Amino acid sequence: MTAGETEQTRMDKLKFRSTLTALGMLPVLVLLAIGFHVLSGRFLSVNNLSIVMQQASINTVLAAGMTFVILTGGIDLSVGSILAASAMIAVIVSLVPDLGMLGVPAAIAAGLACGFLNGAIIAWLKLPPFIVTLGSLTAIRGVARLLGSDTTVFNPDLPFDFIGNGSLFGVPWLAIIAIATIIVSWFILKRTVLGTWIYAVGGNSEAARLTGIKVPLVLLFVYSMSGLLSGLGGAMSAARLYAANGLQLGQAYELDAIAAVILGGTSFVGGVGSIWGTLIGALIIAVLSNGLILVGVSDIWQYIIKGLVIIVAVGLDRYRLKGLSRT
Amino acid sequence: MTATANEQRPLLEMRDISKTFGASKALSQVSLTVRAGEVHALMGENGAGKSTLMKILSGAYTADPGGSVLIEGVPATLGDPLKAKAYGIAVIYQELSLAPNLTVAQNMFLGNEPSRFGLADRAEMRRRADPILKQLGIDFDASRRVAELSLGERQMVEIARALTTNARIIVMDEPTTSLTSRETEKLFDVIARLKADGIAIIYISHRMEEIYQLSDRVSVLRDGAYVGTLDRADLSASKLVSMMVGRDLSSFYKKEHRQVTGERAAVLAVRNIGDGVKVHDCSFEVRAGEVLGIAGLVGSGRTELARLVYGADRRATGDVMLNGKPISVTSPRDALDAGIAYLTEDRKALGLFLDMSISDNINIGVIAADAKAGGVLDFARARERAAQAVKSLSIRTAGTQINVGALSGGNQQKALLARLLETRPKAIILDEPTRGVDVGAKSEIYRIIDELAQNGIAIVVISSDLPEILGIADRVLVMREGRIAGEVNQPIEQEAIMAFATGTTGTAA
Repeated sequence: MTAGETEQTRMDKLKFRSTLTALGMLPVLVLLAIGFHVLSGRFLSVNNLSIVMQQASINTVLAAGMTFVILTGGIDLSVGSILAASAMIAVIVSLVPDLGMLGVPAAIAAGLACGFLNGAIIAWLKLPPFIVTLGSLTAIRGVARLLGSDTTVFNPDLPFDFIGNGSLFGVPWLAIIAIATIIVSWFILKRTVLGTWIYAVGGNSEAARLTGIKVPLVLLFVYSMSGLLSGLGGAMSAARLYAANGLQLGQAYELDAIAAVILGGTSFVGGVGSIWGTLIGALIIAVLSNGLILVGVSDIWQYIIKGLVIIVAVGLDRYRLKGLSRT
Repeated sequence: MTATANEQRPLLEMRDISKTFGASKALSQVSLTVRAGEVHALMGENGAGKSTLMKILSGAYTADPGGSVLIEGVPATLGDPLKAKAYGIAVIYQELSLAPNLTVAQNMFLGNEPSRFGLADRAEMRRRADPILKQLGIDFDASRRVAELSLGERQMVEIARALTTNARIIVMDEPTTSLTSRETEKLFDVIARLKADGIAIIYISHRMEEIYQLSDRVSVLRDGAYVGTLDRADLSASKLVSMMVGRDLSSFYKKEHRQVTGERAAVLAVRNIGDGVKVHDCSFEVRAGEVLGIAGLVGSGRTELARLVYGADRRATGDVMLNGKPISVTSPRDALDAGIAYLTEDRKALGLFLDMSISDNINIGVIAADAKAGGVLDFARARERAAQAVKSLSIRTAGTQINVGALSGGNQQKALLARLLETRPKAIILDEPTRGVDVGAKSEIYRIIDELAQNGIAIVVISSDLPEILGIADRVLVMREGRIAGEVNQPIEQEAIMAFATGTTGTAA
């Protein structure tokens, strides 16, 4: 028979594989949810699921920004610090009489500015993203502490507190913002020229340059986007707590965001991945945190179990895909 | 063993080998006979079944029942790679499988270390490695780290490794693709030594020149079936190609664009361009509908020149003019906007986005121009362009949404070419357009080049494949040490090109 037919079966195999990749970690999420429900008897209640969504929301927003960055083959370690600084700004601005609502745009703008700075250094000075954002992780953390003179700032009458604690038709505003972020990210990544360029830069940045894509602009965009969404996360966090603390807020958030992206099947070297995967990844992390508490696992063991689940889940995923690619 | 015994009892006989994958048959009753001390070339288009046959020989695949493999007349059960190794079968892989941080000797005996009291016996290793390296005429030391060696030298280590297990049949799959011409010569020298020692080489290559130079016999596969075997005396390019493609060679190189008459204006002109390092003071021009060949040895600066013209690298001197007007080219974006396109010589590393679809790969250069308001992709337009390109360049694929990485080399190259053509260039620079491409796709790429020239596009073809340059170029520039050493006009003679390329004056070849 002809070589064309072997090509055909190979193509079928590839299609099958890409379907499985898209499904990704969804089965893990479902199994975890069912497992926790069986163990605790109250995981799958409307009330609890609403709590899970709230818990997942801020990490989902950060992870969406992180997805843009990781798709280009980069990394943004500064998101937790940017979140803390933005939250500080959100609360401080909210204390200004009559202009309190400006706390939200101020936080977002502050995040955007930080991200833009990261992006500018990475894109034009061509320094490694890991090092640049490691530096800004530390520096922006310092700025966050400076903003409140190293104290906690409060606003018990926060004008935008509905974001953190209100809901629309029973759905928490936090969750609505997270879902909206995912949908906007999806639109940018899959429906716009810019999105295609992001995948192209991550897949092969030299080929992208030779194709006429302005690689520095793409990099500037992804880090700005990550900063902007960290700023949004800061506003969400401030709205939830009516307060912000430059030292404690957002510590190690970058790790949960990265974990969500990787759980979602986005390749660490860039070029491959989807925002839906990131959503599932963020939900898995939230379900684990919430479920382990419901089941009564101690705080220390929660860390250990979460860490192991991430490694095992990603390991299984890679193993499964590898098995499929074999002829 | 005497010569007559060799004649009577071949070293390797594969009889009626078939291999089925699911519903499709990759090999159908293929037979192959290899004698001791011969270089037996195996040819065929990509997908003809060469690799499958070699994987059966090396034990990576198991053949369907019904066929048999005989080694020195004795039936052999190959089943798995270890057994095949025990029969003296070794494969030199394209992707080199050496541990870079170990020494040459350690690599040669990897997994097979001579040991004393459970410890690797380094002295013994060296004692056994040295004669093998000497036998191959290798001049580097067995204690060198592999990471310090060139690609060509690493390949030598692979061959040496095969000899440590007393290989009698060595399969080489496209061994010269990443070698310089000097390294290639060295490899051929080693092959001659192996032959003299009675080792049989099964040599897979798309390069006709190598086949002529090396092989004692050539067997051809097509669509998983055995077509025939030619002796060295009967070899000819036309015969081989017609066996591989199943049709005649007469129309292999297309030159219909030469029939187009009329005044041709210079489209792309380059004046005194240089980067101060590898390219110096190069000037040339290409006319509409002209195919300008650029020949030269590897390292003579051809690719570097093309990248300067395209704005991929920063130039130190010189100007680029299009249709008589100077243009400012400081980036690929500028070149594309002006109407200059460049096909890279390394489509995987510098051209394609292997994880993206064929459609995305074809459209990536024009999606911005096609986009709707707000930079929203126009999927309908992209699909249309992709379908049109797949049709007009005859890219063989099950669909345009499949990853480009799933295509064969020739079809990947056509997809990349399609990307350039979508930008509607006025001048196009093709760097090794048929590298790693099978014969069928080659002839199609020649057809495409010819059509582009007929449509008045100015074309520059950089190629290391002399028959290709002779076949398609209207005029040839020869580069040497970063400069244009000479120009060869019709009738283009191979000797004239080589004389300029090597710097020998007169008609020496």
